[in-house]
Amino acid sequence: MSEFFGFFILLMSNGILIGLMYSLIALGFVLVYKATDAVNFAQGEFVMIAGFMAAGGLMVWGAPLWVAVLVALAAMVAFGFGLERVMLRRLIGRPVIAVVMATIGLASILRGLGPFTIFSGTKPLPLPIPDEPFILGPLFIPPIQLVGGLVSLGFLVAFGWFFLKSRKGIAMRAVADNQQVAMAMGIDVERYFGLAWAMTGIVSALGGILWGNLLGVDVNLALVGFKVFPVVILGGLDSIPGAIVGGLIVGIVENVAAGYIDPYVGGGTKDFAPYVLMIMALMIRPYGIFGKRIIERV
Amino acid sequence: MLTLNNIEVIYDGVILVLKGVSLSVREGGITTLLGANGAGKTTTLKAVSGLLRSERGDITKGTIELAGQRVDRLPPHAMVRRGVVQVFEGRRVFEHLTTEENLVAGAHIQHDRAKVREGIARVYGYFPRLAERRRVESGYLSGGEQQMLVIGRALMSSPRVILLDEPSLGLAPMLVEEIFQIVARLNKEQRLTVLLVEQNATLALAIADHGYVMENGRIVLEGAAASLRDNADIKEFYLGLTEVGARKSYREVKHYKRRKRWLS
Repeated sequence: MSEFFGFFILLMSNGILIGLMYSLIALGFVLVYKATDAVNFAQGEFVMIAGFMAAGGLMVWGAPLWVAVLVALAAMVAFGFGLERVMLRRLIGRPVIAVVMATIGLASILRGLGPFTIFSGTKPLPLPIPDEPFILGPLFIPPIQLVGGLVSLGFLVAFGWFFLKSRKGIAMRAVADNQQVAMAMGIDVERYFGLAWAMTGIVSALGGILWGNLLGVDVNLALVGFKVFPVVILGGLDSIPGAIVGGLIVGIVENVAAGYIDPYVGGGTKDFAPYVLMIMALMIRPYGIFGKRIIERV
Repeated sequence: MLTLNNIEVIYDGVILVLKGVSLSVREGGITTLLGANGAGKTTTLKAVSGLLRSERGDITKGTIELAGQRVDRLPPHAMVRRGVVQVFEGRRVFEHLTTEENLVAGAHIQHDRAKVREGIARVYGYFPRLAERRRVESGYLSGGEQQMLVIGRALMSSPRVILLDEPSLGLAPMLVEEIFQIVARLNKEQRLTVLLVEQNATLALAIADHGYVMENGRIVLEGAAASLRDNADIKEFYLGLTEVGARKSYREVKHYKRRKRWLS
């Protein structure tokens, strides 16, 4: 019995830490959706090129770690601003499908461009974090997961505070609520769109570094982006608390499902369990746990 | 203080909506712009506030001047900074923001936090009901409260000129009266210049000191509010009264056509 319980706790704890790292990436998606109503299908690729830049800086050009990290962060912020300016601003007011197709196209371009310009093959992205796991009773925690989980949590809380309490955050939510009225209040809407994409750049850079360390950096790093969809559908496309809770649910469900089902089916449960959950969520609560409902007064 | 000279507005490059509108709004006064649906009243306001371009409209002729300066090419946020703010018709609050967050968003151009707090206190002074509902998501406020909120939100940018678009739309008569009285108070106490677009001519002419009547993208009648109140045409077409003061009879609809001589 206690062995069973210990195994469960172990799966849970790893699920929570991994889930927080999913939340971080989902946050990038949520920020853009919240402020600009654009669905970014290239979120995974954002994470991937951030990983490419950090690993490229570190392993190809031999820069010290802090330089590589800073360069990746700065480059992703510039990339976010630039992308909004060059591509997305022109799509404002067009049908949603235009933005969707544009970001899908962008995803493919980025998947080609990373290996083409920076390096091809898989490179490690070593961080100065010890390898030996902490063992606390039944818990078995790899330090990178602990660091990743805590960094993610920190940023989630910081961005959550920004949106709820700061004046810029309130302005950004106003833009999300009604662009024309926001304009009439003197809010420069385009500037806030740029800011949202830049914030996504920051989040993606951190995600790229953490996940790059965990998985190694190559084109497949973009696949973590696929986990974003169940996370945001569960939590609500436009909710930061939703991104946290959705990430935790996805992390826990995939770990627990893998722990119990994989031994019988030979693996792969991790990749589909979150999607089963997502489809169920769509049927029951299509706007997510925290998603904004359409307000109708009666 | 605000002058429109022969403004022409075209939407989508082909649809002519304003066909040479000229009007002037006097500083510290309430000017009202009356007219039926589709006359071009809202378009006139959007031409002033710079919001036409977000709807693919364009000022193709004429000039707009604010205190002697040309302002007809400015983006909306530049107009707000110059002290001109528009309140849309239909109570467009930021639904998912609370009452107080709406007010904070309205003060976007104000960088001084103390001034923002002062502004919020002032708005609550004029609209005590908003203070009671400060933490409520504004989408759940009642219609009257939402109308108060959008006016209060516009006041947060400390405007010199407020462009009010049909504040009476869809509200109970008592609430409309309350809101109009507050607008009149704001005009007196804060020296706020008001350009009020209305379909309810009785109420608008009661608080305004000058009025214009619009039809089909043109100004067709202009005058002091008192003289407009007495104008037989206004009485008949907007106040629904015939010359003897009885209610208008629709049997005389033909008469309407004949009398509307200042049209086109």
